[in-house]
Amino acid sequence: MPDKSTEKATLRQGELKTDEVLIHLEGAFTTATTGAIWEEAVKLAARTDSMDVVLDLSGVDTMDGAGVGLLAELHRSVEKRGGELRLIGLSKECESLLTVFQFQDVRAPDLTKKKRPLAVEVGVATVDGFRVARATVSFLGELTVGLFRAGLRPRSIRWRDMMVVAEKCGANALPIVSLLGFLIGLIIAYQSADLLLDFGVEVYVADMVGISMLRELGPIMAAIMLAARSGSAFAAEIGTMKVNEEVDALTTMGLDPIQFLAVPRMVAGVLVTPLLTIFCTVAGVLGGAVVAVASLDLSFVFYADRLMNSVSLSDLLSGLFKSVFFGILIAAVGCQMGLRTKGSPSAVGDSATSAVVAGIMLVIVADGVFAVLFSFLGIF
Amino acid sequence: MTSHDENAEPMISVEGFRAAYEGNVVLENVNFNVGKGEVFVILGGSGCGKSTLLKHMIGLYRPDAGVIRLFGEDLWAATGSDRRRLLRKIGVAYQSGALFGSMDLLSNTRLPLEESTDLPMSAMNLIAAMKLRIVGLSGFEGHYPNEISGGMKKRAALARALALDPGIVFLDEPSAGLDPITSASLDQLILRLAESLSVTFVIVTHELASIFTIASRVIMLDKQRKTIVAEGDPRKLRDESQDEWVRSFFQRKEAEVVE
Ligand SMILES: Nc1ncnc2c1ncn2[C@@H]1O[C@H](COP(=O)(O)OP(=O)(O)O)[C@@H](O)[C@H]1O
Ligand SMILES: [Mg+2]
Repeated sequence: MPDKSTEKATLRQGELKTDEVLIHLEGAFTTATTGAIWEEAVKLAARTDSMDVVLDLSGVDTMDGAGVGLLAELHRSVEKRGGELRLIGLSKECESLLTVFQFQDVRAPDLTKKKRPLAVEVGVATVDGFRVARATVSFLGELTVGLFRAGLRPRSIRWRDMMVVAEKCGANALPIVSLLGFLIGLIIAYQSADLLLDFGVEVYVADMVGISMLRELGPIMAAIMLAARSGSAFAAEIGTMKVNEEVDALTTMGLDPIQFLAVPRMVAGVLVTPLLTIFCTVAGVLGGAVVAVASLDLSFVFYADRLMNSVSLSDLLSGLFKSVFFGILIAAVGCQMGLRTKGSPSAVGDSATSAVVAGIMLVIVADGVFAVLFSFLGIF
Repeated sequence: MTSHDENAEPMISVEGFRAAYEGNVVLENVNFNVGKGEVFVILGGSGCGKSTLLKHMIGLYRPDAGVIRLFGEDLWAATGSDRRRLLRKIGVAYQSGALFGSMDLLSNTRLPLEESTDLPMSAMNLIAAMKLRIVGLSGFEGHYPNEISGGMKKRAALARALALDPGIVFLDEPSAGLDPITSASLDQLILRLAESLSVTFVIVTHELASIFTIASRVIMLDKQRKTIVAEGDPRKLRDESQDEWVRSFFQRKEAEVVE
């Protein structure tokens, strides 16, 4: 067996007549060797000064699909400029190779994506935008109906699924959410320690950490963690089911995907977010306590007492109230992105990404809306 | 039927092969050779180890005992670039297709070329399109795997397996799920490749119609005996095998096909 690695494809220009050029192909024309001379061969055949090209293949030892591809390319380029390509000296193997690969019909694939004029692009994008908006509204409608129905008939909720989801996005998230809250509380207290000392009001560290954790940072941090851990997971799980036609299977079995997939996740999200928020907040307050005791020379009892005096029940309730909404937003966006997934596995990744991004965005916007609303209505 | 030269060096040789999963022996004492240009079919009831044998032959698993040689070389003795060079000379179409979902059919078929040749992009596109054409998928170059049917996925997987013009092609149930006409045209393609280009095929299949058309030789594995229970020309086995079970395997199934 000849050693393949030393085989080479060579081109040699032979006799040049007024109306035709002879090119000798010699050696091996395989996937391994053809690349080296492809461009050269195409250039040689594209010369306009001689009309017809005769390829002498008698020196070809081996050939495979790549060789056929080359011949087809030469054939096409010679024909394009009005010439003719003739093959001489074909061995029997070459001939059957050309037959198997249907040499005469080999065409380069049409890769041109249909380009649309700008106006059309804008129009299509606008319509698409409206479609997405409509789909979102109708999803929210269906979800509301689904939740309403579930509320009327709590037995119809798939509690077992709900518990599994709740464990994954609630219980399993507690350590990381607590750690996050603790570090946030610690950092706020530490960053402000110098400033408070300058003014001699270090006792206020408890007020600052307490109020900011209870009203804002606790709910927000828990929600961001939920979006990152669970919103993305919802989108990926449901998206994968969508891609694998499992969602279609549910529909044909007469099961409503919203009821079956979205409602348990929504319920779980709504239930665990306040709990996560409480853990995050408590851990944050403890983080503040560490700084108060260690660098501000306050006693823990004093810190706790100060905290009790400064924060009110309404601070806690406003935070928990918001966190319920954040839970709804994140779970809904996750499920919607999952159900909107179309096509390939990479679309699942896209859905997970947009679930996180849209979830966090919505949470922050909603937080702003709540701030305005609370002060406007004078509650909390 | 495809002739094969008994004296020539076999493309594949399996000697004293044994396969086991966590100590449970699935196959043992398996010996056979496959010659150049043969269409070699592996048969047997489900769970008897056909896929296991195939996966060992393409180097995914290491034999528990024995040696498998491709082109006269032991895959497990070769390392690094030698192993890669050897693997480039075989093509595999998996049972499920195993197409990459994020790439269209042209990119799927072009991938092996991109990875192991220095052909310019236009050349790779042309060759990939050519391979899709011969499996009957021209016009679908820009389609993604999730946009085509199961049978088309199988054919696209075959096109990808053929991308580098391999000397040996392994197919796991290539015609399951294909309509009879497409299945027959696939059989013709396999025969053409084997006969005129001397491509060697190792095929796991249950389609009896297909077996009698394409197989130059079959082996039949058995779950109880954990080894090859019959080997040879499928027609001969059907008519002359001493083994009742082997004969009935062909006859019963064939009766169904004819009906
Ligand atoms: N990865 C694995 N781990 C353990 N056992 C396996 C594994 N793959 C296959 N088997 C077992 O090996 C036997 C043969 O399987 P397989 O080769 O897939 O059969 P076939 O393809 O002939 O239907 C079966 O009994 C199966 O349970
Ligand atoms: Mg199998």
